[in-house]
This record gives sequence, structure tokens and C-alpha cells, in this order.
Amino acid sequence: MGAWTKDGIEGVWAALGSGAAVDASVTASGGLNRRQFVKVAGVAGAGLVLAVSLPGCSPKDRSGAGGTTEQAAFAPNAWIRVGTDGRVTFMVDRSEMGQGVTTALPMMLAEELEVPLDDVHFEFAPAAKEYFNPMFGMQGTGGSTSVRAAWEPLRKAGAAARIMLISAAARKWGVDPSTCTAADGKVTDGSGHSASYGELAEAAATETLPENPPLKDRKDFKILGKPHPRLDTPFKTDGSATFGIDVRPEGVLIGSVERSPVYGGKVRSLDDSKAMQVPGVRKVVNLGDRVGVVADHYWAAQKGREALDVEWDDGKWADQSSEKILATFRELGSKPGAVARDDGDAGTALQKAGSRVHEATFDLPYLAHACMEPMNATAHVRPDGCEVWVPTQFQTANQQTAAKLAGVDPSKVQVHTTYLGGGFGRRAMQDFVEDAVLLSKAAGAPVKAVWSREDDVRHDGFRPASHHVLRAALDGSGKPVAWSHRVVAPSITRVFSGQPLENGLDTEAVEGAVAMPYAIPNVHVDYHDAEVGVPVWFWRSVNNSFNGMVVEGMIDELAHLAGKDPYQYRHDLLADKPIHRRVLDLAADKAGWGKALASGRARGIAVFESFNSHVAQVAEVSIQGGKPRVHRVVAAVDCGPTVNPSIIEAQIQSAIVYGLTAALYGNITIRNGRCQQGNFDDYLMLRIDEMPEVEVHVVMDSDADQGGIGEPGTPPIAPAVCNALRSLTGKPIRSLPISV
Amino acid sequence: MPISLTVNGQSHPVDVPDDMPLLWVLRDVIGLTGTKFGCGIGQCGACTVHVDGEAIRSCLTPVSSVGNSKITTIEGLSTDRSHPVQRAWIQEDVPQCGYCQSGQIMSAAALLAGNGSPSDADIDRAMKGNICRCGTYQRIRKAVHTAAGLAGKEG
Repeated sequence: MGAWTKDGIEGVWAALGSGAAVDASVTASGGLNRRQFVKVAGVAGAGLVLAVSLPGCSPKDRSGAGGTTEQAAFAPNAWIRVGTDGRVTFMVDRSEMGQGVTTALPMMLAEELEVPLDDVHFEFAPAAKEYFNPMFGMQGTGGSTSVRAAWEPLRKAGAAARIMLISAAARKWGVDPSTCTAADGKVTDGSGHSASYGELAEAAATETLPENPPLKDRKDFKILGKPHPRLDTPFKTDGSATFGIDVRPEGVLIGSVERSPVYGGKVRSLDDSKAMQVPGVRKVVNLGDRVGVVADHYWAAQKGREALDVEWDDGKWADQSSEKILATFRELGSKPGAVARDDGDAGTALQKAGSRVHEATFDLPYLAHACMEPMNATAHVRPDGCEVWVPTQFQTANQQTAAKLAGVDPSKVQVHTTYLGGGFGRRAMQDFVEDAVLLSKAAGAPVKAVWSREDDVRHDGFRPASHHVLRAALDGSGKPVAWSHRVVAPSITRVFSGQPLENGLDTEAVEGAVAMPYAIPNVHVDYHDAEVGVPVWFWRSVNNSFNGMVVEGMIDELAHLAGKDPYQYRHDLLADKPIHRRVLDLAADKAGWGKALASGRARGIAVFESFNSHVAQVAEVSIQGGKPRVHRVVAAVDCGPTVNPSIIEAQIQSAIVYGLTAALYGNITIRNGRCQQGNFDDYLMLRIDEMPEVEVHVVMDSDADQGGIGEPGTPPIAPAVCNALRSLTGKPIRSLPISV
Repeated sequence: MPISLTVNGQSHPVDVPDDMPLLWVLRDVIGLTGTKFGCGIGQCGACTVHVDGEAIRSCLTPVSSVGNSKITTIEGLSTDRSHPVQRAWIQEDVPQCGYCQSGQIMSAAALLAGNGSPSDADIDRAMKGNICRCGTYQRIRKAVHTAAGLAGKEG
């Protein structure tokens, strides 16, 4: 993953920035309609350079469809260069947070370009003004969208480049292009000609860009669908991968920021005299709602913070508590909410069922992200602009935030993306970027703002707590005839958009609840937002994380009431959902569902669709010393066409650990308006000695649409484990973290 | 207080407060950023380095307590990713986000230095102080066994 060479690529970016070079374009078919997404950037001496516009992937743009209008101006965010030395360089504006995007995207490119994967060199796109239009849409990484968004356009770009290289070879040799083939970074023909891509690159740049290059048939894939080691692994074994916290521009100072312990509080008074006496402290900055200490190193900044004397105006949430929040949720849950799904007449069906109605309420907690790399950003505000180095999921918002706070035009803000030490949604927030920019401006020097772990946990945007009221009725044969699900959860959409909800409904807060897949004739889902003063944000799998637990917990309860096997019960109710059924059956089969287990062990099952992928999991559990112990998890996954099975396996293991950690331990509680947890001694993480054996079975050659893989493994694990524990204890688990 | 630290075989004169944790001297003063900050209370293991061959949490180790000991960080484990643990990590494709992996690798290297053929239980015991939020534990376990095999062949 070497750097772009000075002589080649900088000239290309400069030319692109000045609007040079475009002579043709490729247009996509299908969902992307007439939108252009590949253009040739013909810059002398640079070889063949294609500029690609991949659909946006901001958290807002969760569908992955991207692009605001068909007529949107062509604004590239990825570049492919075949250099005259044959080196293929691929640059894209996506963030690598462990999900494998810096391997998966080059695989797509290499497949169609016909080069060995190891020959593709990946770079994060800088967001500098001379490189591309900084105001294009939203740039960010979230919603398990990267592979889905790139699947067609990136492969087509690779195919276009290959066809141009072949055309150049055919022209050079005076042969028909149809006699030429491309493989391993070379073009050959039947009569003994052979030329490397490097030799052909310059000439290929003048060839016509094919209008709609055909893509390989899946059976001909050499790279896609096969396991391949991650391209970033070597740099992550010797300490050389640069994360945000590792950035050290010349003269950088370290900032540490004290925030109001009560959300929304303000500084009432500040005495910084003691802090200023701490050796190494350079400056204390009162930012109104927070106080920053700038010092020579992190230790001095921390010592300076400890010496601050701040009096806070706690604001209106000073008395908030988990108990009060739950009471608010329950009060809302007793009233009809904004309707999100209404099939048949669930109200009447439930009324008719009378005393045979099964009711259950579920209460799920706030959760912190706890990325291993604490929040941080580095900024250098200068009179003429601002530079930001940041482990980010949302570059565009970083740019806007920095511009506003530094008082410069967004075009004067350069955002450099580093590796991310975990993301999980958290790094789409802007608070850590604000800290760096504000402190750099105040200090007149580059400042790296580094959060302590306690800052990171207490001042997170949490996965919303939620309260759910479920009611269902079964017919004489045990089949559900009515289902009603009321979701009460603070709206992330309201926070993200800064706008009130339309008709009181947050369609994302009910994701997974509205999509309840079982064949039930009467279904009613409604929703209440609740503003209770605790910050909320996107967390791995977002609202699916709680709705998955509830839907899959409730259906298990119904199977139990009906006296049916929970796997068979689901299977029967999924006749119209073939992909759900496929993964359910696969997981049950591989787990040995129904076969005898060691005494004291039980299995539980769950199936869930999110981010266009389907995942079923079977968990095998026991209770040891009064605590749940998960021994084995068998997961079946259908994410459509598979890019890299090794990364799929890793992502499913990862998503299971993330969800299992939450199910066993995750619980952010509030007292006197303050978060009561702060570090890994009171906000516990799953450790290696608690790691279950996870088996991942991927549906290969799936005919399903391309799905995401970063998040869909998270929602099913909590219900699979809880359903297994219910088999052991006889008691359904309706609140998390698990208590048995 | 001016002192001299021996890190990865090189001597580094530094002038820092006595109570400053080794972690921040390495990262913010000497500029070796491969060793990571995760929690500051010895709970996550991201800051693991070797002091005279022993794995320690540098976030809790005052620099004044290190004295003339030899400190090894991830940058000094090998110069070319050739340490058996690094090779095993690459072979098993362990890292995801990668942030905790310096600490994981340093803990694994210390384990193998004292136990050439660890069982799963040995691995769990030695590695449970290292949190991985991406959940790479399964591959870590496999990679430690692989590393033991690689080291054994060389030994």
C-alpha cells in the first residue's frame, strides 16, 4: 500500500481538479439509470486513469443507492490508474474500520481488470480541494453500504479499462480486438503478440471508453467469491498502520476536553489557575459547553484537566435517571403511536382472542460504542484554511464542521482520512472534530484532541434505550393470527436531521419491526419518539439491534406457547420468505438442531434480515455459576454475491462478539443526569476466554441481491442466546443485559 | 527529570515528569505510535510492551520505574515482520480494525517466550487481558498455535 508517487499522480489530481481531461463516459443500467459514473482522465504521462463516481454511503444515505438525481453532475470519488510501469493504483473515499473495504473493493476491480490482486495498490482519497469537488453530496461510510454501492460501477470501471487496454493492443498489432485476451496484467493475441498493461497504458488512454462494458459471468470469477487475505494485514502487525491517534504533524500539541457531566450543561465558572501551573500545560480554553486543556503531551493535558476548577450549570436534565426514563417510555407505551405497518385488522383480531392474547414487554438499555481507539482528531487551523486528520466515517460533515468553526470556506478545509480503530457508527459524529478545530484555533498551533476512555464512554451517542409492547394471538392450531408491536425509542433520525419527525414516525426506528417476516394476517406496528436528554446515535446495526431481539424473542415465545419446535415454527411461517428460510434451514442443519446435547446445554435460534442480508444463528449455551456461557454459535449468511468469504467470516464473528458483548454486559445507566459507566472495569467487554466457537456458513452462488456484511450478524445473536437460555430456565428473557 | 530509556535497542534521552506513564513517553515524546492507548487503567492491553522480556501495561507504568530496563515495542519485535507471531498473524489474517493488535501480538510473543506449546486454556489465560472490540479472538487463538509451530520449527 505504498504512497502515490509524486511524479505521477499529483499531476493527475491537479488536472482533474481543473476540469481537464474528460472525453467519454460509461453509464449504468438498472437502478442507476442514466447517471454517468466512469470517465477517462487523459493526462499525458500518467498512463490510463479512470475517474469513477461510486454512489454515496453516508449514514443518511442508508439505502446505498446514493446520488441525488439522475442529472447530478459527474463528481468522481474513486480513481483507477494503470501506470506506465504497470502499477495499478486505486483510490477511494471510503473508510477502513476493520470491515475490509480496502480489500473488498480492490478485489472487484482486479477481477474485471484482469490483474492479480496483489498488484492493486490502495490509497484513501484525500479530501483536498485540488483533488475533487468537496461539496459533492455526502461522503462517508456506514449502513453496510460500501460493497453494495460499488458492486456494479466499480466492476464496470474495471471492465472498461480492460477493454481499452485490449483495444490499444489490437491497434498496435493491427489485429482484431476479438483475437486478444487480457489476463494477469497482460494482453496477448493468438499470434504470439504480448504486451503488459504498463506498455499499453498510455495508448489505452486515447481509446474510446466503452458505453456499457459487459461484466463477467459469476462462474468465470477468479478472485471474487474466493477467500483472500486482507491487503491491510501486514501494516496491522508491525505498528505501522496510522490511526487518527497516531498522527503527529510538526509542532502538534495535545488537547484534552472536559465536558459537562450532565448532557446539555454549560460552564458557569472556570478557574484555570491551578491547571496553568501544571508543567507542560500551554493553554486552557473555555468553550462554553466544554473546557479544553492544551499541553505538550497527553499526560500533561490530563493532569491539567484534573487541576481545573469548573462549576457547571447542569441545565434541564440534571435530575434525569434510568428509572425516570423507563417510566417515560412505559407511559408512552400505554398509548397508540404513529402507525408504521397495518396489515388486516390486528386490533379486532386481538380483541376477539380475548384472554388468549399473549402480551410481553421488552426493555433494552442504552449502549456505548466503545471503539478500541478512543475518539480523537487532529486539526491545524491557519488564517488561510484548515487541515484535519481524522479517523472518520463522515468526511463531508468533518469538512463542514471544520469550516464553520475555523471560519473558512469549506473548500479551504482538507480532510485526511486515517485508519479507524473501530467505527460502529460512532465516528460519523462530529464532537471530536469540533474539539480539535476549536483548540487549534485557540492555540494557534496544530492540536490533536484525544479523548480518555471515560470521555469516550460517558460522552458517546448511545444506541437508544427502548421499550416494546408486544401482543399476539394464536389460532387453535397454534399459528399466530394477530401481532402488534409498539416501539418506544428516542429517534436517531431526529437527532441526525435536526428536524422534527414527520407525523411522529421515525421509519428507521421501526426497521426490523415493520419487516417482521412471519406470515401473520393481522399486523400492527406503531412508534413513539421520546426526548429524554440522553444523546443517541447509530450503533452497529442501529435500530435492528433492538427490534431483532424483540421480534425473535416474541416469535420464540409464541412457538413455546403453541407447543411447537421454535425452528420448525419459524420455518412454517416463512413459506413466503425463501431467503429467510434458506439461512434458517442451513443454520439449523449445520448446528445439528434437534440432536442431543450434553446435559445442561441448550440451543436457541434466531433469523433476521438487515442491510439487505439474511443471517440465522443457532447458539449453544449453558449456565455456569449463575452466569450464561455461550459455547458455540453456528451462523448461516446470505449476502447475495460473495466478494471475500474470509472477510464475511470475520465480519460475522465480529458482529456476533459485538452483539454478544451487549447481550451479556452492555448497560449504560443514568443517575443525576450523568452516565454511571466510564471504562472497561464497569462497562465490560467480552474477552477471549468467553469467546464461543463461531462457525460461519455462507450461501455461495446466492441469487439474492448484494447485501451488506458489516452489521447484519449483530441482531440475531442476543435473541438466539436468550431463546436458548429460556429452554434451560423456562423463563423468557425480556430485558438486557441478560440476567438468569 | 532527564532520563535515558532503552527502547528497541536504542537509547532515548527524555525529560519528562517522573509519574508520566511509559505509554505517553513512547507515543508523545519518542514518537513510537505503534503502542496504543485504550483505557489508561490496565484493563484492555492495547498498550502492552515488553520490559526485559516481560509483557507489561505501559499505561500504568511510571517512566521512573523502568530504569535501565530494556523496553521492546511492536516496532522492535522485528524489523521486517519476521517474528513468528507476526508471521502467524499474517498467515491467519487476524486483524480487522487492527488497533488492539500491537498489544495482542506483544502479549502473544511474551506467552510463547515462556511456553513453546500453549494449550487453548494457556492462551485464554495469557490473552484475556487484551480486549479486541472487533472480536478477532477466534483467529488470535489459531494464530498463537500457528506461531508456536513456526517458532518450534526455527528452534
